[in-house]
Amino acid sequence: MAVVFERTKGLTPISTHYCPGCTHGIIHRLTAEAMEELGVLDQAIGVAPVGCSVLAYKYFNCDMHEAAHGRAPAVATGIKRVLPDKFVFTYQGDGDLASIGTAEIVHAAHRSENISVVFVNNAIYGMTGGQMAPTTLAGQRTTTSPLGRDPAHAGYPIRISEMLATIPGATFIERVAVDSPANVRKAKRAIKRAFEIQLEGKGFSLVEVLSTCPTNWGIEPPNALKWLKENMIPYYPLGNFRDATKEEVSDGQ
Amino acid sequence: MAAKGRVTFSQDQCKGCGLCVDVCPVHILALDRESINAKGYNPAYCTDQEKCIACTNCATMCPDLVIVVERL
Repeated sequence: MAVVFERTKGLTPISTHYCPGCTHGIIHRLTAEAMEELGVLDQAIGVAPVGCSVLAYKYFNCDMHEAAHGRAPAVATGIKRVLPDKFVFTYQGDGDLASIGTAEIVHAAHRSENISVVFVNNAIYGMTGGQMAPTTLAGQRTTTSPLGRDPAHAGYPIRISEMLATIPGATFIERVAVDSPANVRKAKRAIKRAFEIQLEGKGFSLVEVLSTCPTNWGIEPPNALKWLKENMIPYYPLGNFRDATKEEVSDGQ
Repeated sequence: MAAKGRVTFSQDQCKGCGLCVDVCPVHILALDRESINAKGYNPAYCTDQEKCIACTNCATMCPDLVIVVERL
């Protein structure tokens, strides 16, 4: 008899504060398993964001640092430059990375800081009560867009991965989802690859993970996964947007 | 012959979200409507251990890591 699935050592044995069915738990697991499999838990320093995952420092079984809202890439930059032998990652939501932290993530990618970013996009501000985020879909109802997001008034949702992929310094940019077991397994491979790129010293890597917010979407957890698949994936297509390690010829040649 | 497995739940940690129930290919998972755990949720459980094929789909989708899968 062999155990084929058990709790990773990369997470502390604490029960998370996340709502039932919140896919943060899955993405925490994938991040922790990737670190465990790469053998970097002892040398890892994570940077937690502001948002629902603000308490991520309680859950990851490695050294963690808290950052001001949106500033995780700047804090990670400092840690990595002072301690280049450490493995440094940030774990950020869309309210953190895609709005108040846009400057930090763009410039961290532009400088090709040798850090890894796990970007969780659930198209809403979760912790503060379900307000419209930059990533909220057109027509999506939130507490601050009760009639649905009107692009004429609030603009169209921002596609962070596509934007960052245009930056030469962004070494690895991929978007994945956690709406099915197959996609969760693909997400794990992407996160692991992003972490390997840092360990190889090849620069900035980011994995955008499409996630759910059953509580603020007002949808039961299994149906939230279906909503993600039917509404988010068409606007936020999955796939690799940049892998400079595979590009034989550099940009512009 | 399909592999045989055993799936075990830490029911006191389960939040009853039901993500595991939908992804089980042999439909042997359910939420236990007869019991409430310390967190106040109906925990998931296995209705027919004999049919488990150790595919790990349930544990892959569990956000709270309450599932251990063994292959017999």
